[in-house]
Amino acid sequence: MYATLWRHLPGPWPVRAVLALVLALAVVAALFIWGFPVLAPLMPFNDGTVSR
Amino acid sequence: MRALRAVVHGIGELCITLGVLLLLFVAWQLWWTDVVAGRAQEQTARELEQTWRPQAQGAAGAPVAPVADPGKGATLAQIPMGRAFALIRVPRFGRDYVRPILQGTGLSVLDEGVGHYDTSVGPGQVGNFAVAGHRVTYARPFNQIAELRRGDAVVVETRTTYYVYRVVGRTIVTPDRVDVVAPVPERPGVSPTTAMMTMTACHPEFSARERYVVYSALSQTLPKSAGTLPAVLAAAAPSTPRS
Repeated sequence: MYATLWRHLPGPWPVRAVLALVLALAVVAALFIWGFPVLAPLMPFNDGTVSR
Repeated sequence: MRALRAVVHGIGELCITLGVLLLLFVAWQLWWTDVVAGRAQEQTARELEQTWRPQAQGAAGAPVAPVADPGKGATLAQIPMGRAFALIRVPRFGRDYVRPILQGTGLSVLDEGVGHYDTSVGPGQVGNFAVAGHRVTYARPFNQIAELRRGDAVVVETRTTYYVYRVVGRTIVTPDRVDVVAPVPERPGVSPTTAMMTMTACHPEFSARERYVVYSALSQTLPKSAGTLPAVLAAAAPSTPRS
């Protein structure tokens, strides 16, 4: 998976390394902004209210 | 053989990826939500204080429509869900501790501050002013709830009034115990004669198995027109020299 990704990145290895880093950061940012907030309400430790 | 190797390799990469994602989620939940929500809650508190200032005048000198004062029961139900209408200060949680109280207790509301059970009465009123807050994550407004002791002050500030509640007791219950927010706590159906306050948070920390509940009773009502801070806040005010 990651080897394939590395092969498809253009340029010499320093360029590839930077591109890979940017890609990884983009994925993390997307998760922080959109992914995890959707997941959080399903977690068992976030509710402090009493309800039926 | 080669295909098998590729499959094993793929599974290995997948496991590592999942592990990293899990760590990222933990970091987001335990650290990032505190950062983001802390900033947002601070700003909400500041904005609310600004709308309360008497000098908040419109261009024509008319007062900017103030947020309805929940101290008056008739207007409490008109506060939309998620709208901040009061501030909570707890000297035991630190002298700078201040968080907004918002209408409603939905999860999206609790991420923004302390949530008011919208079926309960407003601050200072006879009955039970019930609020809920995160104990962990999302700037954890009630993180130190277990440190509250009998007699500790919980100050609720509205546009017009400071309400000083004093802690009278605590309990730990299962999440279905809605009677802790009843008009008379733990006695549903009974008509209230005193002004109480209930705070709920999850318990134990990082679990939602139970609820940590703190009861307080109204001990002082101080209109802001009096021009003085409640003694418990004045003692904690940073401007006061401390010996």
